[in-house]
Amino acid sequence: MTAVVNVFLKEGVLDPQGKAAHHALDSLGFAGVDDVRIGKQIIIKLDTEDKAEAEAEVKEMCETLLANTVIEDYTIEIS
Amino acid sequence: MQKKSLKVAVLRFPGTNCEFDTQYAFEKLGHTTELVWHENETLPEDIDLVVVPGGFSYGDYLRSGSIARFSPVMKAVTAYAEKSGKVLGICNGFQILTEAGLLPGALKRNNNLHFISKHQNLCVINNDNAFLNLCDKGEVLNIPIAHADGNYYIDDAGFKKLEANGQILLRYSDEKGEPVVVNGSVTSIAGVCNEGKNVFGLMPHPERALEAILGSEDGLRMLKGFEA
Repeated sequence: MTAVVNVFLKEGVLDPQGKAAHHALDSLGFAGVDDVRIGKQIIIKLDTEDKAEAEAEVKEMCETLLANTVIEDYTIEIS
Repeated sequence: MQKKSLKVAVLRFPGTNCEFDTQYAFEKLGHTTELVWHENETLPEDIDLVVVPGGFSYGDYLRSGSIARFSPVMKAVTAYAEKSGKVLGICNGFQILTEAGLLPGALKRNNNLHFISKHQNLCVINNDNAFLNLCDKGEVLNIPIAHADGNYYIDDAGFKKLEANGQILLRYSDEKGEPVVVNGSVTSIAGVCNEGKNVFGLMPHPERALEAILGSEDGLRMLKGFEA
């Protein structure tokens, strides 16, 4: 199975990269941009075929290493 | 009073680059130092202090300090800190200690996204600890900073705890000690300690401020604090 993990700074934690990109989009004339947030995507190939098992495993990976939950949130998609 | 000679363990990870400056600083103060490779599962015996020096451990991949904190030696450092052993993290060392959960909060990318490298004034906020006891409260120190991820973040509840327990060590300031925004840190925090006041972390580099002729010798007094 493949797990796609998205890690973003939490709501309320200022995202300086997102802010800089937002500013650049404004400067380029792209009107109507409300907010830009930049995160990272981590793609993990797993040898299990059990979706629940994969999800539990990846959640533990996120809590331990992939995200710093002091400042970041994460989402997991398993396929 | 007879000066106490310390035995200082200086950690080294792949990508650490301030280990020799750190050794030089403590040896200049008359202490003995030992480099400890990250694969070591134990620390040298009878040490008085562990320093996690600056640099770019594991290339700052994923997040600064996030990989280094799982090195075998960090288990020993955590055990040492839990037994009230003194630990000092400088720059990347500070990032490693927050990632390891030995210090509260986290260090984010600087607000202006720049790598900031310059001499910076710092105001001493609390000195009732093993690190800054030779500095005065409100005193302004001139210490170099050099970092991209020094933007200290802690949530409101955590911040209140820091303040109430006297865990805020230093703030970026002007020459009068008034806080200034350097990298976006919460209330301009440049360094903190844990609740037990035996684990210390700061983004500025005291080991680079040892000679007046090179800009500042304020770092000597900070590091000398551990002799007390």
